[in-house]
Amino acid sequence: MYVDIVHYLIVSAILFTIGIFGIFLNRKNIIIVLMSVELILLSVNLNFVAFSSILHDLVGQIFSLFVLTVSAAEAAIGLAILVVFFRNRGSIAIEDINMIKG
Amino acid sequence: MLTGPAAVFFYFFSLIMVASAVMVVAVRNPVHSVLFLILTFFNAAALFLLAGAEFLAMILLIVYVGAVAILFLFVVMMLDVGFIELRRRSFKYMPIGVLIGFLLLAELIIIFLSSSFSSKFSAVVSAPIDMVTRSNTQALGDVLYTDYAFYFEVGGIILLVAMIGVIVLTLHHRTGIKRQSIAEQVSRTSETAIEIKKVESNKGI
Repeated sequence: MYVDIVHYLIVSAILFTIGIFGIFLNRKNIIIVLMSVELILLSVNLNFVAFSSILHDLVGQIFSLFVLTVSAAEAAIGLAILVVFFRNRGSIAIEDINMIKG
Repeated sequence: MLTGPAAVFFYFFSLIMVASAVMVVAVRNPVHSVLFLILTFFNAAALFLLAGAEFLAMILLIVYVGAVAILFLFVVMMLDVGFIELRRRSFKYMPIGVLIGFLLLAELIIIFLSSSFSSKFSAVVSAPIDMVTRSNTQALGDVLYTDYAFYFEVGGIILLVAMIGVIVLTLHHRTGIKRQSIAEQVSRTSETAIEIKKVESNKGI
């Protein structure tokens, strides 16, 4: 058996597609949508690490570290907004989030 | 890139990762969804290890599984939303989701299979990995704290802003609770605090 960079890229493409598909499938549950975004970011990180490994270049891993940082901040802020919204409205279904609709 | 047992492990971990990622978006209970997300992160960390990025694999386990996924778990369990009521899923967007997903996947795989990546970019390497004398963590630190120190600081600022923002968002003062006000206590004098009443004999107040 032999694993090329193309295998890594295909696995990460599958993961990315599952993330996109999860956003479409779970349009009612915003927590699952946030988790799908995490899956997408994970697939991006997998790409960075695979290219960093094949090119013998550390910059890919550095950038992957920054992607991890930003996505951690994003998850924390997203969940905090969710908690505040649930406290105010008592629901987190996406179709209820239409307060500023014109 | 990988041969022999490492390749077998690659297929093993990537199969589990893809299967658990499917479960993340497919199961009905959000708690199970978070647990499958954790399994996905574990297998992604194993794939990072196979690619030689040990530090990132450990960061993924410690920061992601240890902090972010647990944060998801906390929020899912804290927001006691009726799961069944919430998960009346609409299959209205299912066909377009499947269509877009398959188009995207087919495009990506066709691109990857039709091009070769191995030798084209080797001239642009800016921070070569020295596997012999230094470990991955040491090499990463050497590059991160010198060439990318500014971006490192910016990352710290982003985390600080996120932390302050989250605290400001979720902090709320409940009304109807007696709190200690030290300034008020200290600024009291005997004139404002004590009231002297004359009590006549044989009478109450």
